[in-house]
Amino acid sequence: MAKRIDVSDLNIYYGNFLAVEGVNVSIEPRSITALIGPSGCGKSTFLRSINRMHEVIPGGRVEGKIVMDGQDLYGPDVDPVDVRRQIGMVFQRPNPFPTMSIYENVAAGIRLNAKKMKKSDLDDLVERSLRGANLWIEVKDRLNRPGAGLSGGQQQRLCIARAIAVEPDVLLMDEPASALDPISTLAIEDLMADLKERFTIVIVTHNMQQAARVSEQTGFFNLNGVGQPGRLIEFNPTEKIFSNPDEKATEDYISGRFG
Amino acid sequence: MSSTRTTPPSPAGTGRSVRRPGDRVFAGTAKGAGILILVILAGVAAFLVVEAVPALTAPAEDIPGDRGLAGYIAPLVFGTLLAAVIALLVATPLAVAIALFIAYYAPRRMAQGLGYLVDLLAAIPSIVYGFWGIFWLAPKLVPFYEWLERRLGFIPLFAGPASTTGRTMLTAGLVLAVMILPIVSAISREVFLQVPSLHREAALALGATRWEMIRMAVLPYGRSGVIGGSMLGLGRALGETMAVAIVLSVSGGITFNLISSGNPSTIAANIALEFPESSGIDINTLIASGLALFVITLAVNMLARAIVNRRADFSGAN
Repeated sequence: MAKRIDVSDLNIYYGNFLAVEGVNVSIEPRSITALIGPSGCGKSTFLRSINRMHEVIPGGRVEGKIVMDGQDLYGPDVDPVDVRRQIGMVFQRPNPFPTMSIYENVAAGIRLNAKKMKKSDLDDLVERSLRGANLWIEVKDRLNRPGAGLSGGQQQRLCIARAIAVEPDVLLMDEPASALDPISTLAIEDLMADLKERFTIVIVTHNMQQAARVSEQTGFFNLNGVGQPGRLIEFNPTEKIFSNPDEKATEDYISGRFG
Repeated sequence: MSSTRTTPPSPAGTGRSVRRPGDRVFAGTAKGAGILILVILAGVAAFLVVEAVPALTAPAEDIPGDRGLAGYIAPLVFGTLLAAVIALLVATPLAVAIALFIAYYAPRRMAQGLGYLVDLLAAIPSIVYGFWGIFWLAPKLVPFYEWLERRLGFIPLFAGPASTTGRTMLTAGLVLAVMILPIVSAISREVFLQVPSLHREAALALGATRWEMIRMAVLPYGRSGVIGGSMLGLGRALGETMAVAIVLSVSGGITFNLISSGNPSTIAANIALEFPESSGIDINTLIASGLALFVITLAVNMLARAIVNRRADFSGAN
């Protein structure tokens, strides 16, 4: 059910502050697209605008278009709640619901969609999602324990299981491994390679090696100075970005000259 | 640096570790404060027990009412619990709704003003609530009580005959509800505001509406805080004296009939009303009823703790 996303002339505002300016990009289905750039360059803001999560912050709004397989996500009669049900998100810090068990965490999205589901079907779906997130073997004997009792890496995979349980079209990941140790990071990266068979994945990362390892396409965001809007400087296949980028700024960034 | 003396690491508790004077002073003060509260509590409990002993050991006919100490205190305990439970049942849902509105629905400026107003309710002296209850609320409720008797009279709670003054157990409970509203809603509001945005965003990103987000992330997280606030409110309702003493029309014993003029009094109101006229064993009896209130409050608090701790693993505090 992976879908493609076309962004045209997107400006993102917080109140009157222009945070991101003039983004034009096409994100391919069944692939991983990485967004890199220095802190504050707007890559997370752009990511959150794809599932309209930036509107959660007061004053957050956009100009321009984001179209997913022909459906305008910012159309006048589009409910952001529906957009978020189609576009899942994984956050920088693992955030399983602390008051819910592992099982309930995975089932949370299904319960929201208010689909009446037989217990056995739900059990299957929870198992399938946890297997999909490479977590099943570790937690199958303690599904009724709190999700917050898991290790950081396990919690993050639990959040991925929760996000994929509702079968979204797109999965957004906002620095999903930045709070994790190298082994957990590797587990998440392996998982992403599996998930891209079924989902369109967009990942924001500070870790350029990670972008180079996992993604097919890479976008480089940058800003001219503090208070200036962030821009998408270059968008190209990952190999090209990391070997022979079109833009000088991209080359400076990936070679470690700034950022 | 080969000459540096190294102390072998010693396991905690054995050997002397370096302690700074500031740390020692602070630890001592904190420990002292902790001990002080225990001493005060023990002092009050000891006073109550010592002064209640004459009433506990007195023959039944010496106790006012001639029905023995248990016969004297039982209706008071019942009245106290009934009034407090009514107050809690009315106030808690309302307080949670107010807290949610202030925390998540109201525009920020309005939320602040509303928060102040609710807090202001706590600053009104209880005797004023008593006057408000008897002169304003009670008469206004009379037609409502008559309606209750006519339509819902088959429920024992509303059997009537409806009081003509409105000074009923239900009125007392409603006045108490207004009085505990600020504390319950203030504490609920604080815990609701402390729900990490991480959890709220987790719910929203799954496609939750605002209400679903509140149900998934805010209410479970704030649950123990709401219970704690309710218990503080319950404590106030149990111990409230003046408002109940003024509002409640007392005559008769244990009854679940909430809208008649024959109501049991509450412990605190009874002490306030009877104490000026009492001497000798009567005073010991009143103090014994105070001991009963002390025990009830303690039991309520322990129960609340137990409820909060039952799912401590899931509290979000870990």
